[in-house]
Amino acid sequence: MDKSEKFVSTVASFVGLVAKVLPDDVVAKLAELRAAEEVPMAKAVYDCMFENMNLAVKLSRPLCQDTGVIQYFLRVGTHFPLIDELEPLLLKATEIATEKAPLRHNAVETFKEKNTGTNTGKKVPYIEYELVPNSDKLEADVYMAGGGCSLPGRAAVLMPSAGYEGIAKFVADTLVEFGVNACPPLVVGVGVGTCVASSAKLAKRASLRKVGSRNPDPLVARMEEDLENALNGIAIGPQGLSGSASVLCVNIENMARHPSALGVGVAFGCWAHRRGTIVFDADMNYTVLSHKEAAL
Amino acid sequence: MKKVLTTPITSADVEDLRIGDVIYITGTVVTCRDTGHKRRVLSGIVPHTPLEGGAVFHAGPIVRKTDSGWQMVSVGPTTSMRMEKFEKEFIELTGVKVIIGKGGMGEKTVRACVENKAVHCVFPGGSAVVAAAEVEEITDAEWLDLGMPEAFWVLKVKEFGPLIVSIDTKGNNLFENNKKVFAERKEKALEELYPKLNFMKY
Repeated sequence: MDKSEKFVSTVASFVGLVAKVLPDDVVAKLAELRAAEEVPMAKAVYDCMFENMNLAVKLSRPLCQDTGVIQYFLRVGTHFPLIDELEPLLLKATEIATEKAPLRHNAVETFKEKNTGTNTGKKVPYIEYELVPNSDKLEADVYMAGGGCSLPGRAAVLMPSAGYEGIAKFVADTLVEFGVNACPPLVVGVGVGTCVASSAKLAKRASLRKVGSRNPDPLVARMEEDLENALNGIAIGPQGLSGSASVLCVNIENMARHPSALGVGVAFGCWAHRRGTIVFDADMNYTVLSHKEAAL
Repeated sequence: MKKVLTTPITSADVEDLRIGDVIYITGTVVTCRDTGHKRRVLSGIVPHTPLEGGAVFHAGPIVRKTDSGWQMVSVGPTTSMRMEKFEKEFIELTGVKVIIGKGGMGEKTVRACVENKAVHCVFPGGSAVVAAAEVEEITDAEWLDLGMPEAFWVLKVKEFGPLIVSIDTKGNNLFENNKKVFAERKEKALEELYPKLNFMKY
């Protein structure tokens, strides 16, 4: 098997795994929330979620029927051997995973409004690249962007006078108005920047950071913690049926901003946060970072 | 004791259900979501599967083609609110008694539930393998031209649930009630949070 084949077959298997098994950090947080839950209806919903996770592994099936639009976030070494072919290889891997896992057909060509039936289409799978100089490795996050939790995502540019209070209000308003239907407890990714595009992009990156991690900047980390506590105080509970918590985490990513603009983006992930991280070396040997004991 | 309704479901079966009650369904459930609702209401195309006294599931499943038909792989609920625009007419045109999805629905659907004696229920979202395991068989597939998620799948189910009643025949709406409580709690939480967010210099 040459490097390309090895890469494609490993990514295809990994995408299948991500559809069926949640990453360790998400499972650990769900277990923590389940143990602390006091509302009977919410307890019953957590029980159903865990029964579902177990059944998905036992029967080797996607744990949610909405396996999303497949998205790849790559940190690719400039010396990674397959750097010039990544797009067609990831497209191939997505097609194989769709057939094998199997995944739901979630690529509808816009304007033609026709489901392609392959999970691939114009710019789908979605790929974002970050270049890593002087490296021959590739680190990739795979994310399945489901419809339910993509729906409430929002971005806006606030007047700076709205302050960080305005950012918190924007996030809390969006959560209560739209997030309740997005399968809480939710991963909440917040981006703080200048324009809608940069803020939304940061929000997405934030939503892909590990549950339980903190922004290295202590000021940002403080707001993550404070906002997380505030949102949990709303006590939306699993499925928005009321409970003891609202979110799995609040992660914030930030950048410098224009003095006249305060951009904010918020990206949500459902409780079934299907995200995986895998690293390839130059020989296409892999290490899975997100799921311990993952055999592909 | 599990409360199990068997299709065809009558007005009397659902009349006394109240928000927060948990029920299960045995019999036939059909999937229908965005495009299916639009097709039924706007185009006048009628599926040949009878829906009177039936249950409609807002879901776009993963199915696998087998030698003898179709296998249900994974089928959880989708966001019901997306069907709000057409649900009232859908209920009136078809006579369905139970609408299953996730999250709440709006004022129009509430009105239809009261006038036509129907209920909206929530299946815990993301629990798609639990749901698939309660599907005994896919007995028919219509509207396959709409693609796998949007097709009209006819499912033979046994004790399908848990289904948490979120809109009842008296017009109670669990999610609307919750939303008011959440909005109040949000204001309080933000008031307490604001003093901690004084990052702006002046």
